Amino acid sequence: MTARLQAAPFDLAAELDGFGAGAGAVVTFQGLVRDEGGRLTALEIEHYPGMTERKLAEYGAEAANRFGLSDWLVIHRHGTLRVGEPIMMVATASRHRLAAFQGAEYLMDWLKSRAPFWKREITTDGPGEWVEAATCDEDALSRWNRG
Amino acid sequence: MQLDVLYFAWLRERIGAPRERIETGAATVADLVAQLAAMDEWHAAAFADLDAVRVAVDQELAAMDTPLDGAREVAFFPPMTGG
Repeated sequence: MTARLQAAPFDLAAELDGFGAGAGAVVTFQGLVRDEGGRLTALEIEHYPGMTERKLAEYGAEAANRFGLSDWLVIHRHGTLRVGEPIMMVATASRHRLAAFQGAEYLMDWLKSRAPFWKREITTDGPGEWVEAATCDEDALSRWNRG
Repeated sequence: MQLDVLYFAWLRERIGAPRERIETGAATVADLVAQLAAMDEWHAAAFADLDAVRVAVDQELAAMDTPLDGAREVAFFPPMTGG
């Protein structure tokens, strides 16, 4: 039951050591910086100090409650992240796989669209555009409110 | 009342500052936006397209009609792009 915001890289394998002990299922997701066809060298990720930390913890707790997760972990980085580096990860643990998969997807959908982070592209020519929110991310989030 | 108003991402860049203290009698977020947008051309540019602006009041996501009664901190930013 951990949410962490940090500038430093993390090691997925090390973070999973001891995670979800006693669970029947563990699901992990790791997001990496894409190069967008060679155009990007890095992403710069801005956040809202205070609110971001609270929202990571809040969405983790909501996922745990909704899907009956026995453990969860969210790590999200900020600052300048180079192509190929990990941006964030989620891990969920539950008795059976369905809850762990769904809990991880739910967490990802909330982090994408409702956690206060903003990405700016750093291109081979220097600082570029702010990344625009994707409609498909908003659609993904809205499915959790249905039924 | 005095409010700390925070800006992130391109709103911060258009306004040219990450935060400012504002003396206001605004009852709602919309009232505050109207006051800020009238301050100068940079604020006007930041609030030119409200469909592209999101808001948090005291670090909770809010809307244009959210009341500011008792609020201390209001943040404006583009749609979030985490994950």
